[in-house]
Amino acid sequence: MKLTLKIWRQKNTSDKGGFVTYVADHVSKDMSFLEMLDVLNDQLTERGEDPVHFDHDCREGICGMCSLYINGKPHGPLQTTTCQLHMRSFSDGETITIEPWRAKAFPVLKDLVVNRSAFDRIIQAGGYVSINTGGVPDANEIPISKTIADLAMDAAQCIGCGACVAACKNASAMLFTSAKISQLALLPQGQVERKSRAENMVAQMDEEGFGACTNTGACEAECPKGISITNIARMNREYFSAVVSSDNM
Amino acid sequence: MTWVTKTLNSTLGRKLIMALTGLFLILFLTGHVSGNMLLFKGDGGQAFNIYAKFMTTNPAVKLLSYLTYISVLGHIIYSIALSQHNKSARPVPYSTSKGSSNSAWSSRNMGVLGTIILIFLVVHLQGFWAQMHWGEVPMITYEGEEYKNLFLIVSEAFKQEWLVALYVLSMIFLGFHLSHGFASAFQTLGLNHKKYSPAIKLVGMLYCILVPALFASMPLYIHFSSY
Amino acid sequence: MILDSKIPAGPLAEKWTKHKFSSKLVNPANKRKYDVIVVGTGLAGASAAASLAELGYNVKAFCFQDSPRRAHSIAAQGGINAAKNYQNDGDSIYRLFYDTIKGGDYRAREGNVYRLAEVSVKIIDQCVAQGVPFAREYGGLLANRSFGGAQVSRTFYARGQTGQQLLLGAYSALSRQVANGKVKLFPRTEMMDVVVIDGHAKGIVTRNLITGAIETHAAHAVLLCTGGYGNVFFLSTNAMGSNVTAAWRAHKRGAFFANPCFTQIHPTCIPVSGDHQSKLTLMSESLRNDGRVWVPATQEIAEKLRKGQIKANDIKEEDRDYFLERKYPSFGNLVPRDVASRNAKYVCDEGRGVNETGEAVYLDFRDAINRDTRKIIEQKYGNLFEMYKQITGEDPYDMPMMIYPAVHYTMGGLWVDYNLMTTVPGLYALGEANFSEHGANRLGASALMQGLADGYFVVPYTVGDYLAQLAPKQVDDTHPEFAKVKEEVQSRINTLLNINGTKPVDYFHKRLGKIMWNECGMARTTEGLKGAKAEIQALKKEFWSNVKLMGTNEELNQTLEKANRVADFLELGELMVDDALNRNESCGGHFREEYQTPDGEALRDDENYAYVAAWKYLGEGQEEELVKEELVFENVKLTQRSYK
Repeated sequence: MKLTLKIWRQKNTSDKGGFVTYVADHVSKDMSFLEMLDVLNDQLTERGEDPVHFDHDCREGICGMCSLYINGKPHGPLQTTTCQLHMRSFSDGETITIEPWRAKAFPVLKDLVVNRSAFDRIIQAGGYVSINTGGVPDANEIPISKTIADLAMDAAQCIGCGACVAACKNASAMLFTSAKISQLALLPQGQVERKSRAENMVAQMDEEGFGACTNTGACEAECPKGISITNIARMNREYFSAVVSSDNM
Repeated sequence: MTWVTKTLNSTLGRKLIMALTGLFLILFLTGHVSGNMLLFKGDGGQAFNIYAKFMTTNPAVKLLSYLTYISVLGHIIYSIALSQHNKSARPVPYSTSKGSSNSAWSSRNMGVLGTIILIFLVVHLQGFWAQMHWGEVPMITYEGEEYKNLFLIVSEAFKQEWLVALYVLSMIFLGFHLSHGFASAFQTLGLNHKKYSPAIKLVGMLYCILVPALFASMPLYIHFSSY
Repeated sequence: MILDSKIPAGPLAEKWTKHKFSSKLVNPANKRKYDVIVVGTGLAGASAAASLAELGYNVKAFCFQDSPRRAHSIAAQGGINAAKNYQNDGDSIYRLFYDTIKGGDYRAREGNVYRLAEVSVKIIDQCVAQGVPFAREYGGLLANRSFGGAQVSRTFYARGQTGQQLLLGAYSALSRQVANGKVKLFPRTEMMDVVVIDGHAKGIVTRNLITGAIETHAAHAVLLCTGGYGNVFFLSTNAMGSNVTAAWRAHKRGAFFANPCFTQIHPTCIPVSGDHQSKLTLMSESLRNDGRVWVPATQEIAEKLRKGQIKANDIKEEDRDYFLERKYPSFGNLVPRDVASRNAKYVCDEGRGVNETGEAVYLDFRDAINRDTRKIIEQKYGNLFEMYKQITGEDPYDMPMMIYPAVHYTMGGLWVDYNLMTTVPGLYALGEANFSEHGANRLGASALMQGLADGYFVVPYTVGDYLAQLAPKQVDDTHPEFAKVKEEVQSRINTLLNINGTKPVDYFHKRLGKIMWNECGMARTTEGLKGAKAEIQALKKEFWSNVKLMGTNEELNQTLEKANRVADFLELGELMVDDALNRNESCGGHFREEYQTPDGEALRDDENYAYVAAWKYLGEGQEEELVKEELVFENVKLTQRSYK
């Protein structure tokens, strides 16, 4: 396969950046998308050009490190992570446009690498149960119905890749934030801090400069883990009932 | 900031206002369309004119109408605020974006649809609502009581083809706006449940077709029946 | 030199309790006067950082990823063992201890392994309290499954993402301490070296991966929780960024490296598809419960397959060789990982491999689908089949899967005593980065257990014992040793950047991987290992004269990061070969072809090799010195494994 790659290049956060076009020759259909970029990078290095920087780590679809907005969609044409996308999803002669995630809260560090630490700060605002190591009850002393455990697990599967933000026309982080709020709101362990968690995590999400939700459902459609927007509805419920009933002024 | 302003300034709070005002406007539309069905009665506008007088004089209706004005204003102001906020959340746009593959057109263009509806609203209010309140409307007497003959204004107005076309077109836009707005308001309020959401979606779909269609049929009916 | 493992005397079951009691304590008011550095934020690192911060110590946590949540612990699928005996099926701490010692082919310490089994039960309590959504029964209690051939159901799991859920649990505890101001987080920061002053670890030197700034950090103790070194093979199931750098730099500063040749090869991975391959994907071991492993009976048929003249389904039943079922009638396809892997290699070496590269065997679900219906197979393995299809483009419901073994886990690592302290006082190693609990082979679902045991329940006690012996004086990086190490780090980076050769880093990494895989992989020979040593030395020379890097240090530079790591892998590779050559026996993941039973099974030599091989770095270009820690077995009887 021979492909034309239109790739966003940007030296650092303050650089303006722009597209550079490359030709990728002899691309095998069995390559993963990132392997195709690996090969391109080796060629660039041999030619004395700076290789294209992109985030990636586990390459098995679970760490959430890879990103890339490929041909107008986060993680490319399939509902998987970019590392699980293979070149057989493209056709010979195609032009592929590769951009970084675009959001004020995710500034570009270099080329296709963005800073997603805003997500960490949202979790730090309350995405935990405040218990110390040791001194906890026996695991089976907290029975949890299978249905609830399964629902919590559905939400907990989020890999924090940011595709929801990238897909959303408003660069909203509601799906990410709601997944964690939901998981802990569903489980008995999360009840004690339920109200303040919802209030604080939403406040942090806003503070980071993410957009609001228009309920387009794009996040859900692009989420590689299939996190549902019912979680956003649950977050809204949690938040509204928290603000009217909590003791936080 | 108090907890109230803090909440209403949060992204979720603003969405809450959009949802509540939107739902109230949906209620308003329901009332509006039901009342205006009197235009189809074929009694030369008598029932419609009586209804119009009731709507402009009854104190309970008055209260509702103020709520409606507030809702319209709130819906507009908050939508502008949210749009600006959302725009600023992505300062550098994508060069290529395939929104159509993951979401409905209307859901991504609520602002555009809303703006068109707002323009329509100005024309509509100016043509009838302002006339009724402050305009020179000829009087008509039924059973010894005087009424403003709004029906005459309406039937005169819809003799103009361009106005009929504008109304029909606007109702199509309203339909698209409602097709997303109806279910979306429930989602924002947190009402998403596998037992009820399908019903909400279904009612929303019926509503966004039925109500604008009924509205659109009124100018058409008057236009063609007056020949 | 004698290595003191510091295992407390006394009965096995009382060792840890006694040890905790005899450990010194730091006064609660003084805890805030101690700084601890934690490198790596996987299960071991995140749990240790959170637990130490909860106690009151000031923690600095470092990871090279953009967020602590991305550490490769996240990729563990199967589950986590714990001796809860919730299933009333005869499990106990002693049984988990025994299974782990036996599974490790008797090359682990009894004391450490017993402690691991003992604290395993507390891990589950801890994780549940954090909100980890483990699988549940309808009654609301926790579900268990049996895993990796264990005879009891003691594995707790969260779908196929147990590692993810446990890591996110530890990450949430860590995040809470970040919010509390007790942990300072340094993401996208790589540890470049350890600073040792007067024989004690006093800090580290790091590189900020965004700006390239080389920085120094001082602390009273340093914990390395930096994972395994499977990427020395280039292709492995590890993440692309997994590396040995932190452990290796510590090694060169005086920490002994133990049993480096003990690597675990997982039998069910998706085979290599071509030279472009960057990593291997694991398919859960559970597939062997229903899939049948086979290759064509003859080379000729395999040849036709590889040329694409025939398809797997064209091969008649009598022309198929179900080699595991044939050789091991009682265990069949469920033989342990190392046995399954080695046999796959043998049939491929015979020229009976089934894909284009000749390095793949079939894992066939045809009979299972015919027996149980497609629907049931779909329920059990649907997501795995989908993943396989995604990667290979073939549908495993119609065509047998192709699998081949791949490097998965490294049992070797930094030598640590019972306190998890390395031979450098104040320097600790936790999780996969140390060598301690798995011996020569790790049992399924035990890696997660060890990482969390070390971080939540061992190190908070043992680090305290060490800190209590230091004065609660503030530390800083003004000692000249900091500047010196920083200078060394800087100069090494400059050297790398200025080589300006002709080949990219991956070129060297791939070649190193091939050497390691062929000669120090599933089966090893004296001759092969000797050849490998010479090859690695030559490759190392070539690397330092012909590698080509782009860009500068003062920017985000992924090739520089990679070059730094590969430079260390090149040195580690040689030590692994030395270790494999030294160990004249076969045990667990280490199989020397010269040492096998007449049936082709691993032949241990307990008389001469029941020891931990710890290697001491003596200087650039010098052979490392072997220091032995004899293993003492007071509670278990050493036996030969048999799966016939």
